[in-house]
Amino acid sequence: MGLPNPAIKKGINTLIKFSNVTHFYNDGQENKITSLSEINFEIQKGDFIAIIGANGSGKSTLAKHINGLLLPSQGDVFVENYNTKDPENIWEIRKKIGMVFQNPDNQLVATTVEDDIAFGLENIGMEEEEMKERVDWALNIVDLNELRNSEPHLLSGGQKQKVVIAGALAMHTSYLVLDEPTSMLDPKGRKEVLEITKRLNQEEKITIIYITQFMSEAAEFNKIILLDKGKIILSDYPKAIFKKVDLLIKLSLEIPQITKLARQLSENGLNIPTNILKEEEMMEYLCLYI
Amino acid sequence: MFIHLKNVFYTYNLHMPFQTEALKSINIMIEKGEFIGIIGHTGCGKTTLLQLIDGLLEPTEGQILIDGIDIHKDRSKLKEVRKRIGLAFQYPENQFFEETIYKEIAFGPKNLGISDDKIKDMVKNALAMVGMDYYLYKDRSPFSLSGGEMRRVAIASILAIDPEVIILDEPTASLDAQSRDKLLALIKNLYQRYNRTIILVSHNMEIIAELTRRLIVMENGRIMMDDTPRKIFQESIEKLESIGLSLPPVTNLMYKLKKIGKPVNSGILTVEEAKEEILKMVKKK
Repeated sequence: MGLPNPAIKKGINTLIKFSNVTHFYNDGQENKITSLSEINFEIQKGDFIAIIGANGSGKSTLAKHINGLLLPSQGDVFVENYNTKDPENIWEIRKKIGMVFQNPDNQLVATTVEDDIAFGLENIGMEEEEMKERVDWALNIVDLNELRNSEPHLLSGGQKQKVVIAGALAMHTSYLVLDEPTSMLDPKGRKEVLEITKRLNQEEKITIIYITQFMSEAAEFNKIILLDKGKIILSDYPKAIFKKVDLLIKLSLEIPQITKLARQLSENGLNIPTNILKEEEMMEYLCLYI
Repeated sequence: MFIHLKNVFYTYNLHMPFQTEALKSINIMIEKGEFIGIIGHTGCGKTTLLQLIDGLLEPTEGQILIDGIDIHKDRSKLKEVRKRIGLAFQYPENQFFEETIYKEIAFGPKNLGISDDKIKDMVKNALAMVGMDYYLYKDRSPFSLSGGEMRRVAIASILAIDPEVIILDEPTASLDAQSRDKLLALIKNLYQRYNRTIILVSHNMEIIAELTRRLIVMENGRIMMDDTPRKIFQESIEKLESIGLSLPPVTNLMYKLKKIGKPVNSGILTVEEAKEEILKMVKKK
């Protein structure tokens, strides 16, 4: 195990730290591309963070740096006390961080839901009894108890993602990184995944980093990090981010319909804040007028 | 081209232990130049329906008539029909395999035995239709493109054979707002300027409400509703909610205002319409 990094020992609550991280694809070749550029940020225990940005802004590259799937070309990523660059740390880090990707079909391996959730535990050679306990516990949290003997490929998209999430939970992961987990799902599946993510953060105290291109989803998080061309250009509360509608449009991000409407009404003289995100808020303002 | 699905059933794994009825008594008539949206949950039968329209699947029961001819009775017609219909699956760029964009788009026409000279024109046209410059792109690798560009090349490769009917399954998935808007403008253009029949499947109700002229709602392998989007988003909101489908946020907003007794029109489809309606109410008051 590598030695703890003294630099991050001070801030006990800082669990993940990106320190001046730059990443190149095709490093040393003619077609070298800078995908992340001097990224600095910290994730605290219990954070509930969304990362947004246009196609090609570096979101997925950033996510893959968190658990060492990609390593920085320059700078360092620390997970708790471990530097992802140290090969001795990598399994410790991956045990702590669960990853959920876009397409659940690429992450499901077993013939039953139960076996799939147990897969990671079997790999680390866990005792049968503890394994069973953990699988039961994870199944309960994601509310898939009744489907435990089903074949994963027969489930809906939302249910499949929940199986992937349960697999990570069974490993007692303390962080969950979700990289556009809902982009292939229908609205019902999207809702299911977002709700379970919220619950994991609130009830199980799991730190969540959630990459999405749906602004309506990002609006549900405590904090949003906005990436553009490999750089962090904003990091703030949703309300503050959505005040900058012009910037978001310029960066090719989707603006929620309600926010668009608020802006147009405000341009037409109605006294309505332009960073409204939800229908309920809009209703309250509109009821003052009509 | 006139498409008629007449009492169509489709069963997967017929006479096998895992037999599943994917579609039940489907009746649809599609006229030339329509813009149709299809919505419903994953597993409701949408993809099966698209594959039947495209002639990829043969119905277990019922008929598919194209311009009055049963395409599965007269097999010689099937190939010709498939030329006239272009189907873009979800994530069509996953099927790229050629080394240049030119070759990728030329693949379809080449398979049909068209001469090289003609193919060149077809590739040019197809790229123009998706708003990409022929000389700038023809020699590039399709894999070097951005997500939005890839999607447009994939659609160009479908347009190359100049189909009369274009079927798009979730064409904007994973695209950012700018790429999405460009692609939607392209689809609108195919409908308005080139007068193509468009069938669009999407979970994105905002897109469905804004673009389509007719909406088919599917549930459990059946057609639950088939009407104009305005009518469905005005009169059948409870029905949509009962099967867990959402409304475009502005549609829902106006519906809720009406429900608490505000004198607004419901059945609003776009931000623009909502704004007009609200300003009208404010002035009245």
